Order: sequence, then structure tokens, then C-alpha cells
Amino acid sequence: MTTVTTLYAARRARRSTAGSRSLKPWYRNGSLVAGIVIVGLLVLAALLAPVLSPYDPIKQDLVNALAPPSSTHLLGTDKFGRDVLSRLLWGARVDLRVGFIAVLIPFVIGTVVGGVAGYFGGWLDTVLMRIVDVFFAFPFYVMVIVLVFVLGSGEASIYIAIAAVSWVSYAKIVRGEVLVAKEQDYVVAARLGGLSHARILVRHIGPNVLSQAIIYGMSDIVMDIMAIVTLGYLGLGIAPPTAEWGSIISDGQEFITTQWQQATIPGLAVVVTSLGLSWLGDGLSDLLSPERRK
Amino acid sequence: MTAARQDATQDSTDVLRVADLTKVYALHSPVISRLTRGGARDGQLRALDGVDLELRRGEILALVGESGSGKSTLAKILVGGQTATSGSVHHDGHPMPAHRDRDQRRRIQMVFQDPYSSLNPRISVGSMLRELLLLHRVVPRRDVRAESVRLLNLVGLEEDALEAYPSQFSGGQRQRLAIARALAVRPDVLIADEPVSALDVSVQATILELFASLQRELGLSILFVAHNLAVVQHLSHRVAVMYLGRIVEVAETAELFANPRHPYTRALIDSIPRMSVGSINEEFVLEGEPPSPFDVPAGCRFHPRCPYATDACRTTDPALADVAREHRSACLHASDLDAFDAAPDPRRSLEFGSPTTADLERVATTTTVTTTVTTTKDRSTSA
Repeated sequence: MTTVTTLYAARRARRSTAGSRSLKPWYRNGSLVAGIVIVGLLVLAALLAPVLSPYDPIKQDLVNALAPPSSTHLLGTDKFGRDVLSRLLWGARVDLRVGFIAVLIPFVIGTVVGGVAGYFGGWLDTVLMRIVDVFFAFPFYVMVIVLVFVLGSGEASIYIAIAAVSWVSYAKIVRGEVLVAKEQDYVVAARLGGLSHARILVRHIGPNVLSQAIIYGMSDIVMDIMAIVTLGYLGLGIAPPTAEWGSIISDGQEFITTQWQQATIPGLAVVVTSLGLSWLGDGLSDLLSPERRK
Repeated sequence: MTAARQDATQDSTDVLRVADLTKVYALHSPVISRLTRGGARDGQLRALDGVDLELRRGEILALVGESGSGKSTLAKILVGGQTATSGSVHHDGHPMPAHRDRDQRRRIQMVFQDPYSSLNPRISVGSMLRELLLLHRVVPRRDVRAESVRLLNLVGLEEDALEAYPSQFSGGQRQRLAIARALAVRPDVLIADEPVSALDVSVQATILELFASLQRELGLSILFVAHNLAVVQHLSHRVAVMYLGRIVEVAETAELFANPRHPYTRALIDSIPRMSVGSINEEFVLEGEPPSPFDVPAGCRFHPRCPYATDACRTTDPALADVAREHRSACLHASDLDAFDAAPDPRRSLEFGSPTTADLERVATTTTVTTTVTTTKDRSTSA
């Protein structure tokens, strides 16, 4: 640099660059840590279910049916004499797996549709968004129950039913975010730099719009677990005798006055899972926002 | 800067030439109001109305005008972000189409007004530059890092900025990064769209100096858009003044300030605050609201606000014509403006203000937004 002014500016620039790098570390984020701990423990319990559970979750022992909590059966047994704690742990495997996978599929579909519709606009946007509106018009549970009923119960139909209903939310969220992002000058600058539309959408706009969808996804897992539990309760979910929280609650509720823990404990498990995922989503939204200072 | 100015005039090749450029926005009035008013016609906003301009190789040309005068529209058309309704853009003697290939886009780069919206918050400085350098094969892959550092040094930043994200920089530093990005692809022309108006006064001067040094050291041709003459007074070689979608005066900077040949230019010059007692622009202050760009006045488009207007001005639309060497003005009285000044009226008052083009693009109704142009924030550069 030849001029004094630029040298001076350069020195000032360097100094304040070094000074402004104070971002809050992720572990100081309370809800994120709480979310990670709770979800982590649940996932760990689910993964270690074969080791942790004292009994086979589907083995019946009719002599010991409806046993109260004791040192041999910590949460008692159900009406077929199956150990409730074992069923709870094995149920976590099913519910968490189905919850995560059921979110992943609509997340991908919705993000692609919303991104393309928002970025390219025009008739493509109009057509795609009218389709979204049609899907959006149906109540979530009604659609899911009808679809599962038509497709037959089982894990695959649950994935299809939930994906068919909930992709529209992701499409709407991502489209809205893309509409805002594509008006930013950095998109114009990227075009001027000679980058292709595909590259701009994926590399330049994508990272700026995904955080909202990811955060929504966290609460959507909760919704999906509730849906699975509801379907299980209605007898449309995972086929018995597979352990699953919804069916445990459904089995236990007839004995709510005498064996309250049978329905209450898996119910609490659903609540704790929801809480953990909500906190995780909350913490992620802090972490993922571009200017993460607070 | 005098030497640089002479260099610029010696090489008379135009790097960018704009001929008879027109941009009309068709605005559709809402269906309801069209029905209730019995089929009122859709409005037409003439953002640009026959603009002729040339940018010479290695010069800084300032484009000055109020909000809504069409200067940003012109900048957008020049970089290919918008399509002109009619007219042509020539680059190096070759026509520049509105839809450009990668190499054509590379040649004309832009620095935006808002350095916060123009840098992607998710992409680090290093990867922003690397992406462009690799895409255009500016340097071999192994030299990309060295070239990035060179670009940063060129705009007055250090190597450690490479790993940083835009949010870690101040407004002025961000504008430096935006300039580095524009320079990465080795453009011939840099369009700077009010690059300092979003910055602190103390930072403005350093960014202006950066533009001047880039022009000197790289021989870059720069079109510098500004809404205020004070900003460009010490920077540009030539100045073009825009009013309601048309160039009304073009001249070398010193000539324009010493001998303005259009009443509007005089008003702009007089609106620059000066650091002397009692000089607050009482000499020449205009009256009236600026006309709507939906309904450009007949005759000279400036006549409703012009203190020199005569009957001829109400009927004849003056074209841009030579009034002196390297000096063109679109005023019927360009040669006898000084005669009017013999009897100045000190009570005339100028009110700037007009709906911005952006406002009008958004809103389909013609509301007149009156804004007062303040020049105080540029005081440091003019002083």
C-alpha cells in the first residue's frame, strides 16, 4: 500500500478484527446443553435397551400378571405379565427411530420443494404452493390416520403418512426464508461472480435458510412421536406385541386406578422426550443464527 | 490526482458506453381500484428516459442525483441485473447483452450500498474469495491463498481476515471486503452504488481514498453513484448529474463546480454545506415538489422547480448538448444562466424530495413521499 491513509486504515482494520471475535461458546447455552443431555440419555437408553432391560419385553408370564412395582419388576408387569420397564426401554428404540426417520423424509422433500419454489418463483412457485395449500388444508391427525388406515398399519405406512402430511410445513418455512434471502445483495453479487443458480441456491442461500427448518424439525419430532403414540393407542401404529410407548399407555390405561404407573410412566417418557427436543431446538436456533451473540 | 486525471483524458477509449437507454416499469393498479374507478389505466414509471453516457478507461465518473432519479436503475442495468426497455450498452466497443455469460458478467462488477446485505453471513472471507478465484481460474489452484491475501492487502485488510466471517467486521471493513470480492475476478469496470452512504462519516473518507488509490494503481474504470456532490468532489474525474431519469449535465469535476450550466446542478452545488459563516446556501434555493416519474412534465422536466424557467422551457424538451469543451448540459438557457444571476432572488427555497424508485416499484399508488436531503453527514468529505 502506498498511501498513508490506507496504511492507517489497514492497521485499524486489523485491530478491530481481532477484538470482535467473542462468540458465546456452545456449552454456555443452557437450553442447548439441557436438550443434548436429555436427548442423549434417551438415545443412550434406547441403544442400550438389550443390555439395560432386565426381561424380554414381549415374553408373557401370565402367573405374574399385573404385579405391583417391586425389586424384581421395578415398574411392575402388565396384564400379560410382561415387564413394564423392559417394554419402556425397548419402546424408546421404536419411538425415537420412527420419530427421527419420520422427520427426515418430509424435511428433505419440503426443503427441496420450498427452496426451488422460492428461488425460481413464477409459475413454478404458483403451482407448487397451490399443491402445498391443498395438503395444508387437511388436519394433521385426520390425514395421518386415514393414510395409515388405507396403507395398513406398520412402520413403513407411518413414514409415508407422516411424510405426506408434514412436508408442506417445511416447504412453507423454507420458501419464506428463501424469498427473503434471495433479495439480499449477496445473491446478486454471487450471480455477478458468475455462479450458477444451483450453486447459489445450495451453497449461498441454503445455509442461511436451513436453520429455521432444522429448528422446526426438532419440534416436529415431538409431533411425530405423539402421532405414533396416538396411532399406537388407536391400534393403528406398530403392530403388537412390539413394545412401543403408545401401546404401553393404551394397555395400561384400563388399570389406571390400581396400577397407575403402567400408563403414567410411558406418558412421562413422552413428555420428557418432548421437553428435551424442544430445548435442543431452542438451543440450536441460538447456535445456528448467523449473529450468535446474546 | 491531477496527474491521474490527465492520464484518464489521454486515453480516450470508452470502456463502457450507454446509448439512449430507457427503462419503463409497468405498474398494475390493484384490481379492486381499477374496477371502482371504471378501468383506470395502469401506470408507467419511466425510471430511465433516454440516457447517454460513456465511461472512459481508467477514470472515475460520478453519477449524482436525488433518490428516484434513476441512478440505481442505471447501475443495475449496467451489471446485467435488470433488462433495459430499449437502448444499448456497449463494453469495449462490443454490445453487452442483458443476459450475459460468465465471462461477460465478470467484466463489470459492483460494490453495493449496504455492506451488511452484500456479504453472505454464512461464508467465510477466505471461501468467498476462493470460490470466485477457482471458478474463473484467475490463478492456479496452489496460488489461490496467496492471491486472496493479495486482494485483502489491496483493500487494506490483513491475512487473518481469511478465516473470519462477515459478522466479525465493521461496516467500513465489510465494504472493503465487498471491494475485494469485486476485484477478485479482475473486472474492467467497477460500479459503486452509493458505497459510502451507509457508512459512518469517519469511515467514508477512508473508503473514498481506497477507491481513488485503486483507480490510480490498477487503472480501474469506476462509475461512482452518489446522491450528493460533496462526496465525489475530490474523487471523480468527471461528474454526470441525473434528474428524473435523464442526464442533465456532464462535465469534468472542476469545470462542473466552477461553471455549472444547469440550474439543477447549481442547486446541488449550493446545497453543499460550507465551513464559512453565513454561507448556508441562501443564494440559490429552489421551490416546489419534484414531479412524479409517472407523469414527467412536458417541456423541460426541471421547469416546475426551476427559478430560471421561461415559456420556452414549458414546451421544449432540451437535449443534452455541448456548451463547452467536455461539457454538456440539457438546459435551454445553458449559455445565459449567469445573466439571470444578475438579479438573484434570495427568498427562493429549495425543497428536495421525491418518491424513490424503490418505493414506487413496491407501491402501485402514486403517493408523493417528501424527504429532505440532508448533506450534513458528508460535511467531513466536503470540508
